[in-house]
Amino acid sequence: MRIGSGAGFAGDRLDAAVVLAERGGLDYLAMECLGERTVALAQLRRLRDPDTGYDPLLERRMRALLPLLKRNKFRLVTNMGGANPLAAAGRVAAIARDLGLALSVAAVTGDDVLDRIDHRQKAMEDAEPLDSHGPLVAANAYLGADAILPALESGAEVIVTGRAADPSLFLAPMVHELDWKLDDWDRLARGTVAGHLLECAGQLTGGYFADPGRKDVPDMASLGFPFADISADGTARFGKVAGTGGRIDRMTATEQLLYEVTDPCAYVTPDVVADFTTTGLDETGPDAVTTSGARGRRRPDALKVSVGYRAGFLGEGEIGYAGSHAVERAELAGEIMRERLANLFGRLRIDVIGMTALHGGTLDGSARPYEARLRVAARAADAAAAALVGEEVEALYTNGPAGGGGVRRSVTEQIGIVSCLIPRGQVQVKTTVLEA
Amino acid sequence: MTPPRRVKLHEIAHCRAGDKGDTAILSLIAYRAEDFPVLRDGVTTDAVKRHMAGIIKGEIRRYELPKLQALQFVGEHALGGGVTVSLALDAHGKSLSYALLEMEIEVQAPPRPSP
Repeated sequence: MRIGSGAGFAGDRLDAAVVLAERGGLDYLAMECLGERTVALAQLRRLRDPDTGYDPLLERRMRALLPLLKRNKFRLVTNMGGANPLAAAGRVAAIARDLGLALSVAAVTGDDVLDRIDHRQKAMEDAEPLDSHGPLVAANAYLGADAILPALESGAEVIVTGRAADPSLFLAPMVHELDWKLDDWDRLARGTVAGHLLECAGQLTGGYFADPGRKDVPDMASLGFPFADISADGTARFGKVAGTGGRIDRMTATEQLLYEVTDPCAYVTPDVVADFTTTGLDETGPDAVTTSGARGRRRPDALKVSVGYRAGFLGEGEIGYAGSHAVERAELAGEIMRERLANLFGRLRIDVIGMTALHGGTLDGSARPYEARLRVAARAADAAAAALVGEEVEALYTNGPAGGGGVRRSVTEQIGIVSCLIPRGQVQVKTTVLEA
Repeated sequence: MTPPRRVKLHEIAHCRAGDKGDTAILSLIAYRAEDFPVLRDGVTTDAVKRHMAGIIKGEIRRYELPKLQALQFVGEHALGGGVTVSLALDAHGKSLSYALLEMEIEVQAPPRPSP
């Protein structure tokens, strides 16, 4: 069976998914669009309007992909349901009707466990009570492949979930198509390796990889998204549509295999504990790699829950300087900001972009840049207080060092994330099928 | 025998950074299989701790992945408290891959181009 990856994050390119849907020869297309904070932000939208809370790009994506799905007869699995999979499925069905397409859509719910967990229990990160961090807005259990199987068995062509473990979106179709048992830990581990490699889409095919002259990637403006052909034993051969940009080889695949992996011997998902050190990874053709042989162990007894809380507001301001003494003028501006803001905020971060903003200093002792940009950041409990940061930076126009330009300022609501566990028995997954 | 030479890791390895909470994850991968022992012996946990002293504040775990000619570094307290409380421009530490690649180590072999 062939499964493609049509998105690696909420805002990912749509044209690359369309190419895959048109010419990828897919059986399944999976789209991972739900970052750690995305579901809590979606929950805030749902609180304001109960018909929302799903992926803001769902409409655009479905209008482009549904006609191709019907023509090429693949099925779509996505976590674009966000905080409201039922509303998302309803919207997908409405779009299908609007396009004159007959379509079966399934919503997978049950990940929302805000009402099922003890808000006083300790967070895994710091052993402090969950609700001591801030007002809780969302708590979602990471569902596994088993939660998605009933929707696949229903025959639904589009399956919309909320929070599910990213690799599980890919593993579920493999289990369904290849008739894997849910305690066949080695096959589940191999499928999870494949899902992990695919889940960030372009990050397997040369995205987030290029370093000119050292790691060159062709035609990145038309980067092709990846697909994998999965064999009955879990061996996976990865490729991309001919003629698209990017590259897949041992180098790109190794970077992605290890990406965000805190323990390569024990990659824990709701489905299995996979040992990534046991996987083979070979180049098996131009723009083709094959993984095989990974071993797995029994899945964890409890599911991880991602808990989102309101964490105040981040206020930021920036102003740029150029030419002689650019860094000195930016640094002077920073000193002025510290003097004016230090009393108002507990913590203040002041950087010169070009010198200190990313690594705290220049690790190579290099010469000063032609341009330098001051950045000031602080947090506050409310938006008005956070806005002071940008207002003060803007006032450097007429009150600060010479030649400052290009002020940008922003205030962003912050969602914090902590984690806890929930016994599997307390999570009740439900599948709702809608026909269009 | 050619005298040892100091090179930036950028010459012999590539790197991708990821994050989980306040933890930075750095995958260091040798371009060439024969350079993996150089990384294994030269890029020790202590050496990375020293090089990243201003960035990774907590413990660093290192995993050796010889089949992938890679080392995996997992550094605690590396992201200003995590995305939620960090005031950093790059709260996820996405750019830290290139902080590690600035580290210098000694190699025996003469310079050679990567593939």
